[in-house]
Parts: sequence; structure tokens; C-alpha cells
Amino acid sequence: MSEQKLAVNEYLKTDSDYLRGSIQQGLDTQVTGAFSDGDQQLIKFHGFYQQDDRDLRLERKAQKLEPLYSFMLRARVPGGICSPQQWLAVDEIASSLTSSNSIRLTTRQTFQYHGIPKRNLKTLIQGLDRQALDSIAACGDVNRNVMCNPNPHVSVLHQQAYDWAKKLSDELLPHTAAYAEIWLDKEKLLSVEDEVEPVYGNTYLPRKFKMAVAVPPDNDVDVYTNDLGFIAVAEAGELIGFNVVAGGGMGSTHGDVNTFPRLADELGFIAAQDCVEFAKAVMTVQRDWGNRVDRKRARLKYTIVDHGLAEFSAEVQQRSGIQLQAWRDVVIGDRGDRYGWVEGENKQWHLTLFIESGRVKDTAQGMLQTGLREIAKIHQGDFRMTANQNMIIANVDAADKAQIEQIAREHGLLRAELSATRGHSIACVALPTCSLAMAEAERYFPHFIDQVDALQQKHGISEQAIVVRITGCPNGCARPFAAEIGLVGKAPGKYNFYLGASYEGTRLNKMYRENVDEAVILTELDQLFGQYAAQGLADETFGNFTVRTGIVNAVTDAAKDFHG
Amino acid sequence: MSQNAVSSMALPLSQSQAEKLSQLSAELDPLQLAWTSGYLAAKAELPAQSRLPQTDSASVMTILYGSQTGNGRMIAQTLANLATAKGYSVNLQSMADYKPKQLTKETLVTFVVSTHGEGEAPDDAIELHQYLASKRAAKLDKLQFSVLALGDSSYEFFCQMGKDFEQRLIALGAKPILERVDCDVDYQQDVAAWQQALLTQADAILQSSGDSGSVVPFQQATNSQYDKFNPYQAEVIVSQKITGRDSDRSISHVELDLADSGISYQAGDALGVWFENSTALVDEILTGLQLDGNTDIELAGKTQTLQQLLLQHKELTQLSPKLIEQWAQASQAAPLLALIDDKPALRQFMLQHQLADLVAHYPISVTAEQLVSWLRDLTPRLYSIASSQQEVEDEVHLTVALVADEHQGELRYGGASSYLSQVTEGQNIKVYVEPNHHFRLPENPDTPVIMIGPGTGVAPFRSFMQQRSALGHGGDNWLFFGNPHFEQDFLYQTEWQQWLKQGVLTQLDLAFSRDQAEKIYVQHRLQQRAKQVWQWLERGAHLYICGDANRMAKDVEQALINIAMQQGGLDEAAAEQYWQDLRSNKRYQKDVY
Repeated sequence: MSEQKLAVNEYLKTDSDYLRGSIQQGLDTQVTGAFSDGDQQLIKFHGFYQQDDRDLRLERKAQKLEPLYSFMLRARVPGGICSPQQWLAVDEIASSLTSSNSIRLTTRQTFQYHGIPKRNLKTLIQGLDRQALDSIAACGDVNRNVMCNPNPHVSVLHQQAYDWAKKLSDELLPHTAAYAEIWLDKEKLLSVEDEVEPVYGNTYLPRKFKMAVAVPPDNDVDVYTNDLGFIAVAEAGELIGFNVVAGGGMGSTHGDVNTFPRLADELGFIAAQDCVEFAKAVMTVQRDWGNRVDRKRARLKYTIVDHGLAEFSAEVQQRSGIQLQAWRDVVIGDRGDRYGWVEGENKQWHLTLFIESGRVKDTAQGMLQTGLREIAKIHQGDFRMTANQNMIIANVDAADKAQIEQIAREHGLLRAELSATRGHSIACVALPTCSLAMAEAERYFPHFIDQVDALQQKHGISEQAIVVRITGCPNGCARPFAAEIGLVGKAPGKYNFYLGASYEGTRLNKMYRENVDEAVILTELDQLFGQYAAQGLADETFGNFTVRTGIVNAVTDAAKDFHG
Repeated sequence: MSQNAVSSMALPLSQSQAEKLSQLSAELDPLQLAWTSGYLAAKAELPAQSRLPQTDSASVMTILYGSQTGNGRMIAQTLANLATAKGYSVNLQSMADYKPKQLTKETLVTFVVSTHGEGEAPDDAIELHQYLASKRAAKLDKLQFSVLALGDSSYEFFCQMGKDFEQRLIALGAKPILERVDCDVDYQQDVAAWQQALLTQADAILQSSGDSGSVVPFQQATNSQYDKFNPYQAEVIVSQKITGRDSDRSISHVELDLADSGISYQAGDALGVWFENSTALVDEILTGLQLDGNTDIELAGKTQTLQQLLLQHKELTQLSPKLIEQWAQASQAAPLLALIDDKPALRQFMLQHQLADLVAHYPISVTAEQLVSWLRDLTPRLYSIASSQQEVEDEVHLTVALVADEHQGELRYGGASSYLSQVTEGQNIKVYVEPNHHFRLPENPDTPVIMIGPGTGVAPFRSFMQQRSALGHGGDNWLFFGNPHFEQDFLYQTEWQQWLKQGVLTQLDLAFSRDQAEKIYVQHRLQQRAKQVWQWLERGAHLYICGDANRMAKDVEQALINIAMQQGGLDEAAAEQYWQDLRSNKRYQKDVY
């Protein structure tokens, strides 16, 4: 039998000299704002993607100009916590080195820049480095930014969970010195022979790998949508260990039933101190068993489906030497953020600000970027980016509350009216920069939520938060398949329309209408909200209602029942 | 000349030919008539083009021109035609092609020379100019001469080259047969008078052969019937802005269809473009002066409305010293009066203002006739051609930067550039080819070339690359290009990328001045590549500069001298001589404006 040809990226990784490729030559080339095709894959491991302004493609072609290339760089900020000093530097970089003049808070608790010209990449990365921030492995076939519930009000438990999230991030970082050499001008210390990736090897993982730490009852991190999830288990307010889930992931391909979103399986409980070794074992099993031929089926979820959960679980326990214990009872509640002021156990105050689609930018609607900068100048606590693309001004002394609130209010950071649904909803970036987008998401989101709000008002159900998520493609950055109302871009102005996920993020949704426009979606929602208002049970969420009444079937085993 | 006169004289012509001739001659002004007579005479001589004057030098009128923009060359050509028609043998040459020692053997030489910038010689006159002032220069006791100087009176050193030539020739013992004539931008009347006077004087000096004489023609003259005063109406087939939407500059790529005009051009040539002033500008001026655009004006035997005249025939976007002086007197405005005797200030003022600014800021009462008499005639503008016929066949391409200057809150546009930026596809515009024999690819297809062309200076290099690519010429090609911003102002980016990929373009160095804190220009890139530039020159590379004359070309020239000093171990004088020698060998050529 002839050897099966691997996915192109596999050869790129192998030949890349531990992720160096010809990135340096690409930086030295002035004639284009782009990197070579191969390097475009490698730069992801360094934390950024090549993009171009898709609105301008045709115009620039006629102008005999290449596409308006720029880069989206995503920082690595485990658990989403940064200091005011760091935020001020992040803010300054956005203004001086990017053309988007904005900071985008992501659905994975970090920030990203859009519109970085190639010539500014190095300066930008060095600027982050001066603030002890980096973008290593923020993208690419590696362990991405590790999420952790920001929970500042439960300060002791949060701190313990966060410490493990940070440790997971640090321990599973690639070891290659390519990043330091190329971007930080560090001398090459090791010869390639000496350079080893103890966990990854020179081909890294078959595909991206996502991890999150949840602290119940909050599930803002959407723990079941991750490749590997740790759900904190506490006794008397102290962390004792984690319930572990594995095999979640959103990405799929329109029309390809071999691909599907999936929620993670529940494996069992482990002691807190075992979590790093356990995570390493999961990653090496995925490294060795994962599909390196078809990138569309390379995530851990497919490895588990293809090998079976039992075989996978046994292998991980065997490799790690850690026995899984019985699942502990936990209550998973809400995926939203607590807006406004909350007092924590430590008597400090925390202010959660709603940032629509995470876009921190000065506009006519509000001077959000300036507002956060002004707060950072006086704030003594920290900043916490949430999985819902929001920002928490955490650990504020009672004495400083008024001043911070005033700044927030003056700059439009505190919306007078925030509907329950808007506060629970998110969108990915999509057009014009994301090369995968088939339809609008971030730019369409405010308008669409206005319509949903109006319909909820019409039917008297405004108090009920409905999790709405819009993405420009089925890759799923805003976790649309775990939304009660999910819109996934199909073509300009057209979306696949999904219903039926649980409010808490424990059940996926299912396609309700394919390739429909706004008019159809709103007409349907009008009817569905009417039925929900009339027939919904007490405390019944919209997602549960659509399943109970058979509007859509429940998805319980995505490999078998997400499609069809 | 009356119509009857033609028909009775013109026996070789058919009735309809005679009518056409009469009709044409009635339309022409005296200068145009003179030119046409020479043109037709030369046309009749075409089969004998290669024949050199058979007569000895005592009967040859040598006409030498030093010309940057082609005006001098054109005047020299007209004079040659007139002289030939009178029966003289004429030797017409660019100063760059003329051996200075030859002057000792001449009887009568006419020098037509222009002056640029701050009293500088056009490229093709540099060598002769230097020779005449050098110790090597031979006595010229037997030589009689006449100088026609071309210049722009708004510059401090107006017609300096003409003055230099005259002074040095006299110092060497030569005798002027006429007083030197210094021509301003609107030179046509002065030139016509000078040509008549010169030819009258020449009678006493040269023996006419009686028959029509012979003229040594231009090398590679275009064989088209179209020229400056008989432009071709070319259809605009593409007009496309090629700077990005966020650019501070508006630069257009314009493609014109030459169809079956028979017009041919070579890489390096320029295209002359006749333009019309914008109606908005004319309206602004008419309104400001409270003049009625429908007023009939009679000029050179033709009656036109004032509006028509301003739109099509009068220069409105470039001020002249004469106009400012008239305006100063009429308005008695102190700021204008102060300019009259202060040339540097006048020059500065003219660069920053247009007629419309005078109208707005220094109101006067003026009649339509007065205004028209103060204004220069509109002259066509030259654009370096951005295409090669080897590639685009019957098309000609231009790269046009819209000149837009804001001064005191008013945005003023360049006349031709705003016209060309607004042409629409399908529209016809009047053009002619202005050959530039001093900006040519090397004859040897394997000779490397270094091209320095920031901004729209890149235009002729696009034609060079089209030519070398289409002909499969294998010489290495190296371009230095610069502009403010990489994303917005990289003219023809995708084409350069393609040529790089194909290996036609060997190397491309870029200087985007505003993309980083410190400003980086092409001269800095040259300096950074000094060693390699020198290696290319050692390999026999030809080097070209095109673009802004005032700043860029000077800075680049300094960088080139530095390179010769550093890399060649030359002192400053030797480095300058190095480039002078390259220029003489046609390995160093400039097209700057």
C-alpha cells in the first residue's frame, strides 16, 4: 500500500525548521505586503494571519495595486487578565501601528489587532514583548489561548483556577526559538538538532487545540465547545480538582456531513495538581492519533469519534498514569456576563462593560477606546477580557468606584439600555478582513439584534435572554452552533439558521432553515416568538422550548444527529 | 494670399487640392504659414533624406539645438525647413551629437538653446557649454553666429544659457550676425521674427544654391503627419485612477487609441497633450471680473467668445511675469507691486498662485480685450510615455498626476493634469509625439539598465520594461521607485511584481517616504546599494533618471557622485567627470521636469 499523502500543511511544518520557514525573507521583501503561501501557514503559529480588505479587492485590481494586505495578530493572554499598564501599551500600539485603529476583544478572552501592515509586525511584537505580552501560539496547530472564567467576585476559587489555566498555557507552549529570533532579534542559541519540542515534535498538532477552565455555575467560557475542558470542582470554596471534558469544537464545512460541530464528552474527575500532565497526555494522543491527511477532520473531536471515547480515554489514562475518577456533581448555569458593578468576596468591586462584538474603537456612538484608556490611567486593579467579548474593570476599591463609573459613562461604555439578549450575544469579525467569511457578522450584528429586540418586545418576552450568535462562516469563531439562535454565513446576506441549543451551552443547535435572508429569518422569529410567548413553560428558555415543541430535534450525538 | 492667387499659380494641383490649400492657408497665422512652408519643403525632400549636403561648409547653415522639452528642437527644425526652402544646405543637429572641434570649420552656426531651473543647461547642451568655456576651446575667428535663447522670465536666470553661449562665442572671436533673442514661454512671435531676420542676414553670408537646399534630417523622425500644431485626435480608451482610495495623491493611468493614425513612438518619447481649461475655472474668473463670457473677441483674424477663448486658447493655470505686472499696475496692490523687481519672490508667488487667485484677492476692473491681451496662449504639456508599441501596438499610455495645490484655503489644479484626470472613455484629445532621442534604451539588448523613477517618473520605465519584455531582451533591469505610501501609491505595483516574477525585472528597490518615522527617498536606497550600483556600472549599465527636476534629480545626482567617490575611489571632480563621461557615452540619461 502506498503511503497516503498528508495534508499540505504537514509538509510545511516538517520543512519549516521549527516554524521559521522563510518568514525573515518575507519580512525583507518590500515589493509585496504579503508573505509567501507557505509562510502564510507558518505565521499563524507566531500569532497572526494574513488578511486583505475584501471590500477593496476589485477596486485595487483595477488600480494595478495588489490586494490591501494586512495582518490580524492575536495576543496570548491566558484567562484574559492584563494590567492597566499593559492595556495602555496595547492601546498605544493599536493607534500607532494598525490601520484599523481599534482593538478587538475576542471570544477566547484575548485581544487582536486588525490592519497591521507587514512592515509594522516586528515593531508591534516588540512593543507587546516590552509589556510581557506575546502572540506565540495564539493561532496555528498548537494549544491556543487558554480560557478561564474571570469570576472576580469569587476571588479565592478564581485565583486557584486561574493559576492552573496559566500553568496549562505555559507548560504547553511550543519551545521553538523561532519567535524570539525573528521578532525579538534574539541570537540563535541552539542548533536545529538540539531544538526539540517535547510535547509537539516537529510536526506540531494536526490542527488547532483549544482549552478552557470553567468555574461553575458560570459557563461563560463555553467549556463544552473546547477540545479539552476543565470544570472546577470546589469544596468549601477551595479548588479540589476538575471534571474533565474532551472532544468539543465548532468548526465544520457547509455541505460536508463528515464534518460537524460537537460538544465535549465528559471523561471524569481528576485532582487539580494532575491537570497539566493529563492535558499533555490528551495532546500527545491527539498528536499521534489525529488525522494528518484531511485537515477538515483533524480536530480532537474526530479522533474521539473515530477511535471511540473508551479507547481514547484509556490511552490518555495510560500515558499520563492518572486514573479518572467519577464525575462530580456540578451545576452549569449561565454563559452570560454580570453587567455593571458586582462586589466580590474580597470586598473589591468589579465593573463589567458591554463592548458590542468586542470592538474597542472610538466612533460617533461612543469613545470606547479613549474611555478604556482613561480608566487604565487611574485604575489600580486589573482588566479582564471575557469570553463574551466584554471587559471587566476588576478589583476596584469602593473609593474609586464613582470616578471609574463616571469615565465609563462619559465615554459610552455604560449603555443606558442593554437588552438581555444583546448582553448574551456575540459575533465574529467576518467581512471585510476575514478571508473565510461568506457573509457579514460583526458589521451586521447590531442591526440584527435591534430586530430581535423589537420582536421580543412585540411578544412581551424581552426579559428572557436568548443567546444569539452570528458568524460569517461555519468555522465557528463565535461558537454559533451552541447558540439558541445561530446564524452562520452562507453567502452575502444569506445565512444558515439554527435553533435549539440550550441556554447553558450543554446542547448543540440544529439547522432550521438553510440559506435564508433576513426577511425570512425575521418572519420565522416573529412566529416562533409568538408561540414561545403563548406556549412556553415557566422558566423555559427559548432553546429548550424549540426542542420540546419539536420545532427542531435535539442534538445529542452530533456525529449522528447534527446533520439530517 | 487670396484664393485666386492659388488657383492661378497652382498648376500641379487639382481643383480640390488647390481649394484645400487655400482654405488651410487662410486659417494659419504667419508663424504657422512659415512653418508649413518649411514642413512641405522638407516633405518634398524625403526621398533624399540620407543625402548629406554636397556643398562645402562655406554654404552650409549649421543649426544646433539644446533642448529639454522639445521646443528648441522644434524651432530648430522649423528654421531648417525655412532655410532649406530658401535653397540653403542645412546641417541640423542636437548639440549632444555635434563635435565641438567642428566649429572651427563652420561659416554660420545658429544656436537654439533653452535654460532650465536656476540657469542650468539642458542635458544635450552640457558638453558643448563646458567646451566653449574650457581651455581646449579653439579660436573661432571665422565663425559668424546667432543665438536664440529660450527660457522662462519668472526664473531669476532667465535665458542664462543663451547669454553664456553668446558671451563665450564672442570671447573666442566669433561674430554675432544678429542681436541675441531671449524668448519667454510664449515665444512664437519672437521666434518668427528672429527666423525672418536670420534668413535675411544669411543671404549675405551663405551662397544659396538656387534650388531648394538639403537638410540633414532628424534621426528617426516620426513619419507621421501629426505634430504640435497638427495634433491627432486620439480616443481615450482607459482612464483609471491608480492610487489607492486613501492616497493623498490622485494619479491616473490613461490609455489612448492611436488607431490608424500612423503615429509611432519609441520608449523614452513624450506625448504632447493639448488641453482645455475647466469650465468651472473659466466661470470663476469671468464671474470674479464681472465679464460676460459671450463677449465676442477678435484675435488673429478670428472671432470667438471670451469664454471659448479662455477655455481653449489661453493659459489660465500658470501665471506669467507680464500678467502679474499688468495686474499689479491695474490693481496697485502693494503685495503685487513688490514682486515686480524681486524675481525670487515673483517665482515663489507664481508657483503658488493662479490667475483665479489674482481675481479673488486683487480685484481690478478690466475689459475682455485687455484680459485676453495679458494672457499667454495655451501651450501643450508633455508627458513621458508609459508604454511601448512593441507591447501595446496602436495605443499610447500616460501616467498623469493631478496637480492640486492648496494655498490660502483655495485648491487650485494644474491645467493639463486636471483635464487628463477627468477625461472620460470615448472622449477625443489632441496629442502628438515629441521624440526624446536622449532617453533611449541601450542598443545592445544585453546591456544592464538602472532606472530611477520615483512618482510619475516611473512612466518611461514602464515603457522600457514593456519593450524589453516584448522583444525578449535579456539585459538586467533594476528599478528604484518611491512615493509616499506603499499601500496607496505604488504605481503599477502588480505589473512590477509580474515582471519580477518573470525575471524581466532583476531588482526592485523601493522608498516609501511616509511609511516610517524618518523619510526615505530613492537617493537613500541608491546609497544603501552603492556597492551593487557600482558593480552594475562596471558591467556597462546605463543609468536613467526620470521625474522631479528640482529636488529629486539633484539629490539623486549627489548620491551618484557619492557612489563614484566611495566605490570608485575618485575625488569629487573625478566623480563628476565620471558621470560626465557616462553622459557623453549616452550611458547616463535624464528626463526630468
